Amino acid sequence: MRSRNTFVGAAFALLVGGMAQSVMAQEIKIGEINSYSLLPAFTEPYRKGWQLAVEEINAAGGINGKKLVVVSKDDSGKPADAQTAANELVSSEGVAMLAGTFLSNIGLAVSDFANQKKVFFLAAEPLTDAITWSKGNKYTFRLRPSNYMQAAMLVEAASKLPAKRWATIAPNYEYGQSAVAVFKKLMSEKRPDIQWVDEQWPPQGKIDAGPVVQAVAAANPEAILNVTFGADLVKLVREGNTRGLFKDRSVVSFLTGEPEYLDPLKEETPEGWIVTGYPWYSIKTPEHDAFLKAYQAKYNDYPRLGSIVGYQTIKSAAAILAKANSTDPEKLIAAAEGLSVPSPLGEITFRKIDHQSTLGAFVGKTALKDGKGVMVDSAYKKGADYLPSDAEVEKMRPKD
Amino acid sequence: MAFYVVQFLTGLASAASLFLVASGLSIIFGVTRIVNFAHGAFYMIGAYIAFTLTDRFSGAFGFWGGIVMAALAVALIGLLVEMVLLRRIYHVPELFQLLATFGLTLMVQDLVVLIWGPDDLVGRRAPGFKGAVDFFGQAIPSYDLFLIVLGPVVLGVLWLLFQRTRWGVLVRAATQDRDMVAALGVNQKWLFTSVFAVGVFLAALGGALQIPRDAVHHAMDLRIIVEVFVVVVIGGLGSIVGAFVAAVLVSELNAFGILIFPKISIILVFLVMAVVLIVRPWGLFGKPEAAARRTPGLTVNPWRPLTQNERLAALAGLIVAATLPLFAGNYALTVASEIAIFVIFAVSLHFLMAVGGLASFGHAAYFGLGTYGIAFLAKMAGLPMIVCLLLGPLMGLAGAAVFGFFAVQLSGVYFAMLTLAFAQIVWSIAFQWVSVTGGDNGILGLWPEKWAASPSHFYWLALGVAALVTIALRIAVFSPFGYALRATRDSLLRSEAIGINAKRMQWTAFVIAGTTAGVGGALFAYLKGSVFPDNLGISLSVDALVMVLLGGVETVSGAVIGAIVYKALNIWLVSQTDLSKLVLGGFIVLIVVVFPKGIVGTLEMLLQRKRSVSPPGSTLLAKPIESAE
Repeated sequence: MRSRNTFVGAAFALLVGGMAQSVMAQEIKIGEINSYSLLPAFTEPYRKGWQLAVEEINAAGGINGKKLVVVSKDDSGKPADAQTAANELVSSEGVAMLAGTFLSNIGLAVSDFANQKKVFFLAAEPLTDAITWSKGNKYTFRLRPSNYMQAAMLVEAASKLPAKRWATIAPNYEYGQSAVAVFKKLMSEKRPDIQWVDEQWPPQGKIDAGPVVQAVAAANPEAILNVTFGADLVKLVREGNTRGLFKDRSVVSFLTGEPEYLDPLKEETPEGWIVTGYPWYSIKTPEHDAFLKAYQAKYNDYPRLGSIVGYQTIKSAAAILAKANSTDPEKLIAAAEGLSVPSPLGEITFRKIDHQSTLGAFVGKTALKDGKGVMVDSAYKKGADYLPSDAEVEKMRPKD
Repeated sequence: MAFYVVQFLTGLASAASLFLVASGLSIIFGVTRIVNFAHGAFYMIGAYIAFTLTDRFSGAFGFWGGIVMAALAVALIGLLVEMVLLRRIYHVPELFQLLATFGLTLMVQDLVVLIWGPDDLVGRRAPGFKGAVDFFGQAIPSYDLFLIVLGPVVLGVLWLLFQRTRWGVLVRAATQDRDMVAALGVNQKWLFTSVFAVGVFLAALGGALQIPRDAVHHAMDLRIIVEVFVVVVIGGLGSIVGAFVAAVLVSELNAFGILIFPKISIILVFLVMAVVLIVRPWGLFGKPEAAARRTPGLTVNPWRPLTQNERLAALAGLIVAATLPLFAGNYALTVASEIAIFVIFAVSLHFLMAVGGLASFGHAAYFGLGTYGIAFLAKMAGLPMIVCLLLGPLMGLAGAAVFGFFAVQLSGVYFAMLTLAFAQIVWSIAFQWVSVTGGDNGILGLWPEKWAASPSHFYWLALGVAALVTIALRIAVFSPFGYALRATRDSLLRSEAIGINAKRMQWTAFVIAGTTAGVGGALFAYLKGSVFPDNLGISLSVDALVMVLLGGVETVSGAVIGAIVYKALNIWLVSQTDLSKLVLGGFIVLIVVVFPKGIVGTLEMLLQRKRSVSPPGSTLLAKPIESAE
């Protein structure tokens, strides 16, 4: 009797084991990392975006018949923690690729990890130019338009302004520094007559807005470049409005048109700033309509830019996995290079030369409508049109 | 000219907001000696509640009423916190209360997001103070003028409260000599509770008054807490006037500093604090702390080396730890390596705190210098890994030798804050000097060589170094140097009287601790393969403090357990939930209540009690120890 029981038990174990294995084989896992606890204002819509994408992909039959599963981890806003999370995803969860990240230094940390461990990494949000250029590597791709691209889009509009005396306000860390540097370089190329009369570098998240606004006003610029965002932007705008800093001055501002940063300003929204952003309310294309409808139906909320980024990150990742039909990182790279995928903002391509996607951004002007900030006169700028020449890119990017 | 006047007034307005929060912290510290890390959290809750109230009730009455109501509501919360949590832990080692308030801060950060949502909230402007006043062509916001008036008014009210009321007399007496006030029969419980509530009220008022000019969000607390501490210390602990002068000094230096050096804001307060503390060791208006009247022999069980059996047990534990690669996967091994590295970091701080009696708030500086040492040696000099590991910690040594020299001239919280200032200065150099350190994008590609690359090999390396470091520091504790150092900790006067050069002992201890932290940093750089200014940051310094306190500051090696528990729990929670701060904070608060001497400290006490129950003679001895506390 006893031996028979053992036999049945063993057979059962084999059966269960076999079933578990076959379930495993029908799943493809993507490991996703982002600063959920540190930056909930940005990452909540982002998460909703990628969850919608996962649902759509699986409803349409998954990736070559396999179910897509996204395993998501928080990095608590620290590069070291992001690497721990990446390690867990790769070593314990056995994910096919890594995706996500928001802050530039975390994106770089994960990209370095991916390079070392030979894992495919699709960076979602980090804006730093270094991730695809000076510190680029063959395992890392990036979705969002980089600092350089956004600067180039803004310069196109800014260089048409009559203003000759410019001042800059930017958070004192890599993002702010490189945004100002690229903007200045491109602007001075187009307009050699421009003077840079003042620069202010408040610490990120700790702007003492009153003195900063006064200092800028004292230099009496005709136009101002702003790179601050989030709570710093709110303080800057409020002080600037009260003290009349923006009156009769042109302002060009990075990211301010994104709902994440524009919406909190409400009736304080300054009018006529030239900004990059995402005016979801005025985009009238079939791709975007479909996305908007699906998003609003699922969440009963409007999308932020983070929603687009989250959605498109997972959509792109799925397209790469489907084309490669394998989880081998080398095959994933081969599939991703030059791959074109549809997006709510039109088709985008992952460039072979530097692994940057050609996702663009909207450039427009801020306006106040019914006590809320909106973007008007906005136009979509394709990312492909705002990148330096291939020769320049090759010079910047280290050889693999 | 008009511009400079306006810039000066703008600086005064910033100073007023800073002063409101700082005065509360100063009062609380002066009387209760609590380093109230949660002060920023109360400031933030004040802003959130004020936002809700002023949003709901319209009109001028709704606004101003909302502000005051919010501050009162938060004061009530502070009252509850003091009565339920802090009262239980006044008798435990100093700084342990820091752990409790740190736990609260973590919880609040997640709670406000749960209650008010993740978006930045912009409150309405103050009725009657919406616009600006014209001053020779320069605009001054009328709300700034309101704040400029409010600052001195609050200062005056506080002054009256302290000079003209019986309560104020008691508070001042307690600030000067807590034990004497207790001996004279004053009910300390209620004095402490009321002082805490008043301090929290001021913090919340400071937060609530920010809503017309700031955005309300869940990181407000961290933005202000360190700055406020700095202001309090520059002014001199417990001195309200000092806090006011320091707030004005810092704000004005910032307002005019940015005209010449636009990048100065990031480091200014710490530079000012470092200079002030070096010139005036007790802050601008502070007085030297009276020598503590504690008798350490009564509260601390005398330290002794491990017995033969305990040594065998520790060895067995080490052997078990060394067999981990036989059954654990790569991820578990990497996490274990990280924990081993944090054990090194924690025991290095523990050595300084427990043996030297010097609590550093900036210990991450030496850990981070170790990581940058590796980055420079490996990336720029291209040296092999083993050489880097040997030489990298020398950066920590160098930093500790320089900063330690100045820091050990001070004691207590002033020592802690000067170490914090040095750490922030090092951090900002790493952060700003982009061409050398890569700024906040760090230095990448520092992966270990082949012989140490596999997770199991690296784990054995980290474990081995951690064991060696712990043993070496224990040997130091029971060496003549260790005894001399403990003498300076227990009684500076007596130790100097018997011919111990206290400052040199403490400096040596500082250098040993800094170098050891550098060893941990060196391994950390290879574990992560990259180096960031985060490795020098405040949050890492706080982590180290928490590990030491969690283990028990009155133990010889409690930090080992503290580091393992804290780090393992932290990594696990971050991986499991987005609300890791809420759970971790709750856990820390619980630990504080259940293990008031730290995990190891409380266990040792229980063991001691058990032992002393059997021979009747020693129970007699144990009892006065209890009551002496």
